[in-house]
Amino acid sequence: MNIPFPDVTPVIPEIIMATVASLLLLAELVFANKKPLGYTGVVVSAIVIYLLPLCKGEAFGGMFISDDFSVYFKMIFLISLILTILISLKYLQIEHADFGEYYSLLLFSTTGMMIMASARDFILVFLGIELMSLSLYILCGVKKHDPRSSEAAMKYFLLGAFSSALLLYGISMVYGLTTTTDIYGIASYLRQTPPTLPLMLSMILIIVAFSFKISAVPFHMWAPDVYEGAPTSVTAFMSTAPKAAAFAVLGRIFFTAYQTFEPYWTTILLVISVLTMAVGTIMAIVQTNIKRMLAFSSIAHAGYILIALIAGTNEAMNAMKVYLMIYTFMNLGAFGIVILLEKGENISDYNGLSKSHPFTAALMLVFMFSLAGIPPTAGFIGKFYIFMAAINAGYTWLVIIAVVFSAVSAYFYLRIIMNMYMKPMSETVGTTPSLGLAAALFISAIMMFAIGLVPSIVLF
Amino acid sequence: MGHDSHPVNIETPKSNYPMLRTVAMVPMFALLVFFGAEITKDLPYPVLSTIIFFPILGAIIVLLMRRSNEKQIKWTALIVSLITFLLALPLYTNFNKSTAAMQFVERSTWIRSWSIEYFIGVDGISVLFVLLSALLTILCVTVSWTSITDRTKEFYASLLLIEGSMIGVFCSLDMFLFYIFWEAMLIPMYLLIGVWGGPNRVYAAIKFFLFTLVGSVLMLVGVIVLYFNTDRSFDMLRMMNTNYPFDLQMILFWAFFAAFAVKVPMFPVHTWLPDAHTEAPAAGSVILAGILIKMGAYGFLRFNMPMLPEASKALAPTMMVLSVIAIIYGAVICLGQTDLKRLIAYSSVSHMGFVTLGLFALNMQGLQGGILQMLNHGIVTGALFLLVGIVYERTHTRLIADYGGAATVLPVYSTLFMIFTLAAIGLPGTNGFIGEFLILVGGFTASKTLGILAATGVIIGAAYMLWLYQNVFFVKTNPALLEHDLKDMGMREMMTLIPLVILVFWIGIYPNTFLSFMDASVQGLLDRINSAGQANVTAQIVEVLK
Repeated sequence: MNIPFPDVTPVIPEIIMATVASLLLLAELVFANKKPLGYTGVVVSAIVIYLLPLCKGEAFGGMFISDDFSVYFKMIFLISLILTILISLKYLQIEHADFGEYYSLLLFSTTGMMIMASARDFILVFLGIELMSLSLYILCGVKKHDPRSSEAAMKYFLLGAFSSALLLYGISMVYGLTTTTDIYGIASYLRQTPPTLPLMLSMILIIVAFSFKISAVPFHMWAPDVYEGAPTSVTAFMSTAPKAAAFAVLGRIFFTAYQTFEPYWTTILLVISVLTMAVGTIMAIVQTNIKRMLAFSSIAHAGYILIALIAGTNEAMNAMKVYLMIYTFMNLGAFGIVILLEKGENISDYNGLSKSHPFTAALMLVFMFSLAGIPPTAGFIGKFYIFMAAINAGYTWLVIIAVVFSAVSAYFYLRIIMNMYMKPMSETVGTTPSLGLAAALFISAIMMFAIGLVPSIVLF
Repeated sequence: MGHDSHPVNIETPKSNYPMLRTVAMVPMFALLVFFGAEITKDLPYPVLSTIIFFPILGAIIVLLMRRSNEKQIKWTALIVSLITFLLALPLYTNFNKSTAAMQFVERSTWIRSWSIEYFIGVDGISVLFVLLSALLTILCVTVSWTSITDRTKEFYASLLLIEGSMIGVFCSLDMFLFYIFWEAMLIPMYLLIGVWGGPNRVYAAIKFFLFTLVGSVLMLVGVIVLYFNTDRSFDMLRMMNTNYPFDLQMILFWAFFAAFAVKVPMFPVHTWLPDAHTEAPAAGSVILAGILIKMGAYGFLRFNMPMLPEASKALAPTMMVLSVIAIIYGAVICLGQTDLKRLIAYSSVSHMGFVTLGLFALNMQGLQGGILQMLNHGIVTGALFLLVGIVYERTHTRLIADYGGAATVLPVYSTLFMIFTLAAIGLPGTNGFIGEFLILVGGFTASKTLGILAATGVIIGAAYMLWLYQNVFFVKTNPALLEHDLKDMGMREMMTLIPLVILVFWIGIYPNTFLSFMDASVQGLLDRINSAGQANVTAQIVEVLK
């Protein structure tokens, strides 16, 4: 039997990423200074971003699809990767965690996400998730000598494995009932059958599994601890790209496979979304550690993004993509500042920062206002788009709840600004500037205003 | 400064001759304005965009300057604000008073996929506030000249950013653009109160921010709902000509009310104002009192009334009752204040009650009076805050009990304070009288009871303002006051206030200059409100006949 070699064009970006990641593992043995490995990662990611729109199509019998939806998400992952590498370069040296595998694992993790975004088969989804997660578990524990880092890795691993198990269970149930793992196959099967209890159960299991990944309430418990313990650069990465990947999969699964179940999953997600916004916002107010605060803030943001999923229109899907893109820039920017400040983990460390480091404070101000969603920053555009899509889909009441939480959430972002600008300096905090970090911060800050004033650049 | 031996140092420093220099400066300034108006009249440039973005550009320039070079920063800010004012003058000279249509319109696509436009223009309602914003900013720069010493760069940059966004708010004819300016203003304002304010500034700043933000986000929901009900368009002119269903109008009215009532501030949501006004630095108080809270009343005029005319008519009685509560409640609270700034802040609640009363009387006199009173309040309360700021810089106390007999020590100062006190009371001949008179006429026409109740507010107003004046300037000279180095007003400070003195009497004696600006627009607004309901009745009749 002659099996033709498949057309791999749509998979080229993933192939490049995986190959380079493997090569970096080898190169790590040769280089004493690990920075060139990081730069390689940046350059390769940039090239892949350029290649992405050129590699559209289906591969492997439709298991893998590279469409507008996945290309946009892959761009988010790669941008997140580039910025993460840039903020990591010096940070790792300071933390004595300067391993070459770090960059390799970041690339592997991104490859996993790219597979997730393109997967049209549950098996492939699972493969992508595992590739992404296993790499992240190790990255969390990259500060070997720091018990908090190891604890974070352990915690993340246990809960991650748990959620993977739930996902597998859900997938196997669907497979048992529909005899296929192909998302379109499942969709066409479900169109002909009434919603039965086992089918509902499979859907709920999948929702729960992904709720872990996007740290939605009540499956968010791991996030603050892991975010706090993990190296800050890894936290920055974890809070952006993997979330986006999980949302990409959620979008694809619920809009194709479980489309006929829309009333059911909308109701479940509605409850989760409101809880997520509420818990994220309220818990963030009482935090004293900035990484924990940003963890809860990212939980709250997951709640806003869920609104787009609930609204469930094409417009809402676009809003979700745009929001995640903007969120990636602003969250990485904020974490960049956390990295820039030596021992800047306590919120009180920011006291009087505007006097000792006016420029750093100004950058943080931009990121905080953007996270709070105040125009003319990008954060507002993201929220506006989601709210607009949701109102158009008829979820005005949900949006009212969301805007109120969004106004409340301004409080904890303002608290940072208040500490920086309105409190006297407690002690001088040193900074650890580096070229890579500066570049990442500038790109993020400029994007805040660029997207805020000319949103068309991310609306495609 | 060596007045140990003399208990009273009434002498003004001879070397400065502040009076003489002021007298010399006023004609120079008048000439500058006159020639500025002559020159800019014929210059072809996009007036509105220029005056929105020139201050923002100025702010960026200031931010790029060296921190240590305070003098350069201050002068740049002053010159930028002066030039902005001069560039705004064509709005006065070239304004066509005979039409209610938007003028100086600029329009281009901004965000195509959401059909958002960069669409700006002014009519008779907004043009005066644009000019007032430009004028007050200059005064804010001069009054802060010596009082702001910490982080000067950020201060003047914030001030200029505020100016740009204030003008943007009044000019926007696209809802999205409006919202951007409306919210963007919060950022520099928050910093202005929180960084350079009084002892309790952090609390006041955050309270101000959260109150306004909650209101604004609810308005955002309203804006989006309106957008989908206008065929996906944020075009405000189109919204003003669309007849929305009554139920939708009622819901939207409350959504917009949330934002505007907080800004005005109307009775139940006014609590941020005393804190914010009191703690803000002089320049911040002036902007808050002069422009920012006018944006709330302007919002009612620009959005609620023309876009939701039936709901406005249906809810006008509610609004008027809330206004009268604000008038009396604010005035009564003033009687019990011990803090100069807090008293003036609460008087703002009362005065803005007059404004909203006039607006929701929904008749010609009421509307014109309301708009004029917005202007008056900006001038008078702005001036009072400037004056308090000036004396606070010398004494560092705002408690009324720490003053007394100041008239003997600060004769020029107390004269100016007198003028603005009387204007605040509404003495005939000052601008306050014209505004309050028109509002009361309008109020009486709409409802006799509310008119009478509002008039009592005028009486209490006179009581607390005169009580304040008496306790600060007359009575026995407070010895504690003499321990400070009390110089009377310098040239800079006098120059800050003289434009406002001129306006007080100008509006008081010949209000027609300003009323004529708004005649056509207010008439257009009234026509819109009156016709909308009738159209609906006709529609209902047609419905029944079918």
